Amino acid sequence: MHELSLAQSMVSELVSYIEKNNVKKVHQVTIVIGKLSGAEKEPFEFAFPIAAEGTLLETAELVVEIQKVVILCNECRSETTLDMPLMKCPSCSSRSVKIIKGKEFIIKSMEIE
Amino acid sequence: MCKDCGCQEGNEKKFFGHDRDIHNHDNHHHDHSHEHGHFHDGHWHSHDSDHEHNHPEGHHQHDHSHDNHIHGDSKTVMMEKNILAKNDEYAHQNKHWLKDRGIVAVNIISSPGSGKTTLLEKTLDALKDKINCSVIVGDQSTDNDAKRLMGKCDCVYQIETKSSCHLDAKQISEILPQVVNDNTKLLFIENVGNLICPAAFELGEDFKIVLLSSTEGEDKPVKYPVIFSDASVAIITKTDLIPHLDWDIKKCRNYIRQVNPGMYIFELSSKTGEGMNSWLEYLAKLVE
Repeated sequence: MHELSLAQSMVSELVSYIEKNNVKKVHQVTIVIGKLSGAEKEPFEFAFPIAAEGTLLETAELVVEIQKVVILCNECRSETTLDMPLMKCPSCSSRSVKIIKGKEFIIKSMEIE
Repeated sequence: MCKDCGCQEGNEKKFFGHDRDIHNHDNHHHDHSHEHGHFHDGHWHSHDSDHEHNHPEGHHQHDHSHDNHIHGDSKTVMMEKNILAKNDEYAHQNKHWLKDRGIVAVNIISSPGSGKTTLLEKTLDALKDKINCSVIVGDQSTDNDAKRLMGKCDCVYQIETKSSCHLDAKQISEILPQVVNDNTKLLFIENVGNLICPAAFELGEDFKIVLLSSTEGEDKPVKYPVIFSDASVAIITKTDLIPHLDWDIKKCRNYIRQVNPGMYIFELSSKTGEGMNSWLEYLAKLVE
């Protein structure tokens, strides 16, 4: 389960922010997981409290937003949100498409005191 | 531990090919400028920097009401920070370090048993005396793969990942100066056998290659779309077995195209050599 490594990586990013900015309390952390990021919501939610133990983050609420895959067609320039990563433009059937969303794996925001 | 780079000389890493006492850290690469015109994805083009960037954390007060919770003097800071920022930083350093030395690096990913090591054995045999290669091989345990590849190229380095299911960029950065030499042109990184986790960790490779053997389901590309959409090259291995199996290569190609229409696909048998020539020609072109 690589989500534990991912959660540890996130906690370490946040802890350096917390220390640098003298944060007293963290209420909430919001992250975005893209469908093509290689990370999954449930295992990440399971791993987060383990990684956060002993830090200010251990009492913080984790909010996970899922970003679906969005493709841009190079032919007709239409943008499509996909449930499955089938790289074909539904408007013109072109396979010349580019993934413009869905690979995100980012800390979006943190609610702090 | 090296005080300059923090590289561990831990006993979990086994090393073949160089005298590890000749461990020169002069080449280390802790500062780098990030540029965008590098080749990648196996297609030798400059790219349009659509990869993630770390932005300085800007924080600003939000005028949100506290209807749902009472948090006193709380504020929301917008982070927009890549969770794998540290790994990506090492990966960028690795990429530039390799590029500065004219070395092409490929990250080879597949399920366990798809034939990564056998393909490397045959590939290194064929490239011997033609292209100087080095190999980093990752497994949870044992140095069996490194032993199989020993003597076939300049250097083979085994990383035992123990409890981890993937290689990460820091592990690679710690050993790069030992794994390559002045003549190295091609670095193969054989990742841990796993189609999920290695896809999330950039190592600094130029591009990823994913293997799929004819003994696996044709629909693996759609079952594991993350790696199949991220890799630039797919290799269908064990093609010699297809006549004995109820397995449709056209179906498999279609599934690959569904998740990654522009993917290069090689079809080969490491055992019989069928299809190996175009793969070897491709590698030769990469390092031209």
